[in-house]
Amino acid sequence: MSVTKKFLYVNRRAPYGTIYAWESLEVVLIGAAFEQDVALAFVDDGVYQLAKGQDTKGIGMKNFSPTYSALGDYDINKIYVEKESLEARGLTLEDLQHLVWEDEDEDWAEKDSIQVVTSAELADLMEQQDVVLSF
Amino acid sequence: MSMLHTVNKSPFEKDSMNSCLRLSADGSSILLIEDGVFAAQEGTVVSDSVKEAMKSKKVYALQEDINARGVQGKVMDGIELVDYAGFVKLVTEHDKVQSWV
Repeated sequence: MSVTKKFLYVNRRAPYGTIYAWESLEVVLIGAAFEQDVALAFVDDGVYQLAKGQDTKGIGMKNFSPTYSALGDYDINKIYVEKESLEARGLTLEDLQHLVWEDEDEDWAEKDSIQVVTSAELADLMEQQDVVLSF
Repeated sequence: MSMLHTVNKSPFEKDSMNSCLRLSADGSSILLIEDGVFAAQEGTVVSDSVKEAMKSKKVYALQEDINARGVQGKVMDGIELVDYAGFVKLVTEHDKVQSWV
């Protein structure tokens, strides 16, 4: 019998400048296949991973930002973004992609995946996890 | 001829931008590239220090890196955007380049 654990992936780096963001997304998608209780947190420069309008044509790198919108299909619908990190960067929820998931218990109603949380709330969420993976 | 400084680290994660601002002479140029382009954004915790520096130094940012990170339209007034050809031109126009890696 397998035990379901609570996994939190903590993303703290901007995309493209380093490989962390891309590697995290790869691991999240692989992990999704193991049917664990997965949540993602975006803090510090990690909030830029979810920025709308990323256009990487000029830098010759793959734009992996559209992949975040597929997370809902993998039952990953707890995406926490730290309010303080957004504010320090002059960003709001409006600057991020609109990520949604479909709730099968409510006739596949479309719901928001992103929750903006305070530092204190995120600290509590981290305490509740079984496993925290940092990128 | 003056110096060209390049900054490729996020101002929110590393101290490179601050060191560059502190140690670059008046009249020099600063080019923001890669994650350094976040320093070109309006309304951040570092915007004021960049604006202050712009009184005595010219600040540029690489358009391609801005676009990749989705911060087009958030670049503060007074920062000149350049493409890769513009990057090369800046290098040729200055007698030295210091990279704040």
